[in-house]
Amino acid sequence: MAVTRHPTRRDVVRGAAAVAAAAGLARPSLAQAAPRVAVIGGGFGGAACARALRRLNANLQVTLIEPNKTFTACPFSNEVIAGLREISAQQFSYDRVAADGITVAAQAAIKVDAQARSITLADGTTLSYDRLVLAPGIDMHFDALPGYDEAATEKMPHAWKAGEQTLLLRRQLEAMDDGGLVVIAVPAAPLRCPPAPYERASLIAHYLKANKPKSKILVLDAKDNYSQQKLFEKAWAELYPGMIERIALSQGGRVTSVNPTTNEIVTDFGNYTAAVANVIPPQRAGRIAEIAGAADHTGWCPIDPVTFASKLVPNIHVIGDAAIAGGIPKSASAAAAQGRACAAAIVNALADKAPETPRLDGACYNTVAPGYAFSLKGIYQPKEDQYAEAEVTTSPVDAPREVRQREADEAVEWFRTITGDAFG
Amino acid sequence: MPSALINVPKKAKRGDIIEIKTLMSHIMETGYRHTASGDVVPRDIITSFTCRFNGTEVFRADLYPAIAANPFITFFTTVTESGKFEFEWIGDKGFSETASASITVE
Repeated sequence: MAVTRHPTRRDVVRGAAAVAAAAGLARPSLAQAAPRVAVIGGGFGGAACARALRRLNANLQVTLIEPNKTFTACPFSNEVIAGLREISAQQFSYDRVAADGITVAAQAAIKVDAQARSITLADGTTLSYDRLVLAPGIDMHFDALPGYDEAATEKMPHAWKAGEQTLLLRRQLEAMDDGGLVVIAVPAAPLRCPPAPYERASLIAHYLKANKPKSKILVLDAKDNYSQQKLFEKAWAELYPGMIERIALSQGGRVTSVNPTTNEIVTDFGNYTAAVANVIPPQRAGRIAEIAGAADHTGWCPIDPVTFASKLVPNIHVIGDAAIAGGIPKSASAAAAQGRACAAAIVNALADKAPETPRLDGACYNTVAPGYAFSLKGIYQPKEDQYAEAEVTTSPVDAPREVRQREADEAVEWFRTITGDAFG
Repeated sequence: MPSALINVPKKAKRGDIIEIKTLMSHIMETGYRHTASGDVVPRDIITSFTCRFNGTEVFRADLYPAIAANPFITFFTTVTESGKFEFEWIGDKGFSETASASITVE
């Protein structure tokens, strides 16, 4: 086991459990039968995991199950909303993933039988696995916000999964009259990409300042504090004075219901009518996680931080936004790092080797205007039974514009790297 | 920033059950924390919340250090006549805040 400290009782138990779990698999009796690993979800986490599995052990039969033929990336999609970027720059095919020898099944998984270790796809076919990785990302938790349902998303887009929703919000902003009120409703944690609502407010302000300067943005927030808050507040004062107002939780900012017919957004203490309503609802793990029995009462998936093994169902691992990963934010690069670490854990387990303790990198860039960005970079390691921040670096609050420009350039490079790793 | 937020329906029918929401901005310092130099951070909490309707107490809550910052208190009551709700928060260090809202009962 690659730990530099002496193994504790916990390590020994954990190692033994992993070996026992591996031994407990119904392994193929013939040496030539390759272990089968299925990955559900072709986002940053799932694609990175599938590719890492093949890279670490070319004998594995790896299947990536993803209904969308084209992946649309969320990072940088706020720039699409603000008209700074086309959606095509966000889109990637699975051709290169398939070229790695991975079977790409362009189907939705509709059922997982953890006991039988089989998956049913939307077209009725089933496939068996030795290990399953769930990387389903998030689903909107419609029951958690009265008035907001699938139909309401057509009127009050969440744009929290990139694609048609992103374009709908962009079209609504383009159609809005000058002087309109844009309301962004932000849910309580946990949510996908915690600083993204504020990046979005910034970039919408950039669009409005140039095109509809009498307009205002109101952020109704179910949180008091948020990631990189000082950096955002400084940028707003510098770039968009008076344009963005935020009502925090303790000022009554929590949204309690919405009315898509009237475009009203109701909080505990107020009622707002939006010209454009961007309602980001509470979220939970992608539906298949619940079907597989891997999600708990919170709607998210508890995992062993060393192996990403589900704490609820055997032979299933959960990575990315769907997992309860302690201090790791639900971000694209963290999901990819989890995918690679999970692949290593699975390859070790299939070879009856003890798992190695992962050390994960995550980076997140926020672009608040063209040429103006800042970032948070973290290293995360298991501590006790959960992931904790080992090291986190945030851009300095008082930095000259050259630094913001450099980070904006780095952000572009970062996007090229993470999309290249996953899909290139 | 107003320190008290209240939400009382403007109108109700006689006998209706109505929901009242209140939020008071307050640090709710427990008195159990220490500074870096080891001194106790003195307790500073709201200790009592009272709601009166036309002078009669209809709801009261005692608050303790375990209650989080910015106490959000919501409760239900019935109304039989038009009148005024008065709210009062009292706490350590002489803390005292009031707010009021009227309701029309039809």
